[in-house]
Amino acid sequence: MSNWKTFTKGLLKENPTLVLLLGCCPTLATTTSAINGMSMGLATTFVLIMSNLSISLLKNFIPDKVRIPCFIVVIASFVTVVQLVMQAYVPAIYETLGLFIPLIVVNCIVLGRAEAFASKNPVWPSILDGAGMGLGFTLALTFLGSVREILGSGSIFNWRFLPEDANTILIFVLAPGAFIALGYLIAVVNKVKKSRTSK
Amino acid sequence: MAKKESTLKNMLIALFVITVVSGGVLGFVYNLTKPAILQADANKNLAAINEVLKGNAEIASTEVKVIDDLTYNLAYSADGQFIGAAIKTFSMNGFGGKVELMVGVLENGNINKVSVLSQAETPGLGANMTNAKFIGQFDGKNPANYNLKVKKDGGDVDAITAATISSRAVTEAVKKATDGFNANKSQFMKGGNNE
Repeated sequence: MSNWKTFTKGLLKENPTLVLLLGCCPTLATTTSAINGMSMGLATTFVLIMSNLSISLLKNFIPDKVRIPCFIVVIASFVTVVQLVMQAYVPAIYETLGLFIPLIVVNCIVLGRAEAFASKNPVWPSILDGAGMGLGFTLALTFLGSVREILGSGSIFNWRFLPEDANTILIFVLAPGAFIALGYLIAVVNKVKKSRTSK
Repeated sequence: MAKKESTLKNMLIALFVITVVSGGVLGFVYNLTKPAILQADANKNLAAINEVLKGNAEIASTEVKVIDDLTYNLAYSADGQFIGAAIKTFSMNGFGGKVELMVGVLENGNINKVSVLSQAETPGLGANMTNAKFIGQFDGKNPANYNLKVKKDGGDVDAITAATISSRAVTEAVKKATDGFNANKSQFMKGGNNE
């Protein structure tokens, strides 16, 4: 597989959120607005790239039987780094995302890529794989967040286009709205993928 | 380098090295970000104090007192007059758990302004407590002639539509702050006027 393909497969073909349906917990919970979805995506991307990088470097040092604990320790360390940095420099976003930042540790995308890709491939492709997957995750979350924010709050990236007391479709910022919006998004993506392969 | 065998020795070494290195890196980052985190917290606190006491004499000095479980940020003017207190208060009875508020209470017992520090209420319903329409109704009220209870419970506070629990939590926290203020007011005065 070429490097370019390694990178781009995360964007659509194997998009972690929309095709593999991994990491649904942060996807559903943090996309109440575009900016939240994007921050969550970027934080996860950083962890993905760094953990893929270090695990592909360490892959020959780690014996098979203890690989999962080793991966988790590496991932958890990077997540804590992200958490501390966000708390220090973007406290507002840190507060809205709250609990979901430490939960990146158990995000199956990160561990999944470490196990399925980084532990079997050289460093450079692993970085590209992490970046591609992270970007795909970020794009999906930002898009989902935008849809929910537009329909539910009448604003986009905190910029209001409807007055504050306008009647918006509240359910879209609540939990059920997350499922509904994600469902439609997956349907659209499947449709696009199908029309592509049939050509 | 060939892949390491899964012998006990190799596993111990791998796990040990990885945890030690991770621990070291984390300690380093923690120390690096610590001042910035403290600064960010302090800024937020200060901004909230100024916000809830604004519109009054300029604050020259502040003092922090913790009585029971509330934090009183006492503000004094340049000549030592007590202006008011920004009281950090909370309620555990929100729909999503803890609701933290900063309540500005003036020397005469009036509520100057209330601001929400943190809340985890339902977006679009209880989270609307940050809207001026709800949180602004406390401005300028004095608990002596304003019953700090939501209307449903026989008080004077307009609840947020479909979010009575959140409204009750906010009201409870405000009441806690004003009650605490009135009970401890004599300790807040300093300088000539009380002693």
